[in-house]
Amino acid sequence: MSGALPTPEPSGLELERRRFRRRQTGRSVLVAAASTLVFAVVVWITLVNTPGWARVQSTFFDPAVAVEAWPRVFEGLLLNLAVLVFAAAGVLVVSIVLAILRTLRGPVFFPLRALAAAYTDLFRGLPLIIVLYVVGFGIPGLGFTDTRPPAAVLGTVALILTYSAYVSEVFRAGIEAVHPSQRLAARSLGLSHGQTMRLVVLPQAVRKVTPALMNDLVAMQKDVGLISVLGAVDAVRAAQIETAAAFNFTPYVLAGLLFVLIALPLIRLTDWYTARVRRREQMGALV
Amino acid sequence: MSEVLRLAAVRKSFGSRDVLRGIDLRVDEGEVVALIGASGSGKSTLLRVVNLLERVDDGQVFLRGQDISDPRVDADAVRARIGVVFQHFNLFPHLSVLDNVTLAARHVHRRRRETAEASALELLARIGLSDHARSYPDRLSGGQQQRVAIVRAIATDPDLLLLDEVTSALDPELVGEVLDLVRELAAAGTTIVMATHEMAFARDVADRVVFLDRGVVAEEGTPAEVFGTPREQRTREFLARVGGLGPPPSAERA
Repeated sequence: MSGALPTPEPSGLELERRRFRRRQTGRSVLVAAASTLVFAVVVWITLVNTPGWARVQSTFFDPAVAVEAWPRVFEGLLLNLAVLVFAAAGVLVVSIVLAILRTLRGPVFFPLRALAAAYTDLFRGLPLIIVLYVVGFGIPGLGFTDTRPPAAVLGTVALILTYSAYVSEVFRAGIEAVHPSQRLAARSLGLSHGQTMRLVVLPQAVRKVTPALMNDLVAMQKDVGLISVLGAVDAVRAAQIETAAAFNFTPYVLAGLLFVLIALPLIRLTDWYTARVRRREQMGALV
Repeated sequence: MSEVLRLAAVRKSFGSRDVLRGIDLRVDEGEVVALIGASGSGKSTLLRVVNLLERVDDGQVFLRGQDISDPRVDADAVRARIGVVFQHFNLFPHLSVLDNVTLAARHVHRRRRETAEASALELLARIGLSDHARSYPDRLSGGQQQRVAIVRAIATDPDLLLLDEVTSALDPELVGEVLDLVRELAAAGTTIVMATHEMAFARDVADRVVFLDRGVVAEEGTPAEVFGTPREQRTREFLARVGGLGPPPSAERA
């Protein structure tokens, strides 16, 4: 094993190169820090010197109003989180089923394939807000149940309907990106079509599309706020109520900040995972 | 010797191209048959027809006397009785070596995990790869991957092992270890049909050599006959082209 050999001392040439690289890195960091600082100061001074700044500050960034609004907005945010969890789970199931339907081969499956294709076309084209209204006010209108289902539940359904269409296309791309020889090898071992899908194709497909899926999750995380149009008291709706009560927009800013705070870990996780996948693939892996 | 595989007048075409034009072939228990022939002569198609990855256009394929070209036959069950190794090591990259080897045993043959893993580890030990049982395929060299693929194919004791150009995608220095494993399996009595470009290996290991030319069996016989004293003009031409003609070293041994 070559790892057992002692690493020789770096030569003078290499040491000089390392010193140069260190110096260069140090200088780059300094330049970046300085330019960021200058930019921030310029923006700040410009903003503060606009004629209306004092009024904007008091109507959008009032700490007292923020503290006042906090309990209600936070409670609303918990509803957003609950809706996000259920919607994500629902989307996962529905979109995988749709993707599998769209990849079925053979004339027997034509109706299923066509149905799945029509579904994804329709719901990728429809604005989410319209789906929300149609589901939110249309389904209760059908009178399945005596009482109107909670707005949050209807909102979750609308989110699942819309996002499943997008996410199923991501899954389909992943399924089709698995090399056909993998399917061949699996069938040669005697695995059935279903087993091949479940044990060989889907696990690889999911790995391939995880960064894209996480990106969709981040997008859905903020669209969860749209369920407020149905009257569910989520963070956005709560902020609206507080805004109306205080004649001050700070609650909206507060709700916005909270949404960003939830999104940040997801966004970081996505970036980290994407980078990891790229590193792995660049290590000369065969597949 | 009991018959394991028999092809009777098998035909297969892709569009207007006739790839197999009436193949008759019989393989007995424990026999090692080498399919040789130029690219496009139908070697791979023949193997894929046997494994039901391609449907025959006419003729019959029998596995242990059962007509497996009958559409009423359960193709998955037939494939479960045949081991296949492809040119490109089609290991599953998301599964460890051990899971690759035990996949069919557990999910197709419904063996218990412990039983399947015990016998898989035994096989991996035989090829000196037990240390890699928990590794993923991308940590292995091409030769190691291909040997795992072979072990995966024989892990469920198939009636027949099909090898499709198993060394063609390998670096030259890795070919030997794979051929050694095939040689070992042949010596242990595994019934093997292999398509190969390795003439020296075919001459060395095969009990019978079948020369395919434009979709028909042009010549077949022992390695000494086919390589040493080919009857057909086209066999001689092919062997001259691939450099396989010459004094047969196995002739004295045979």
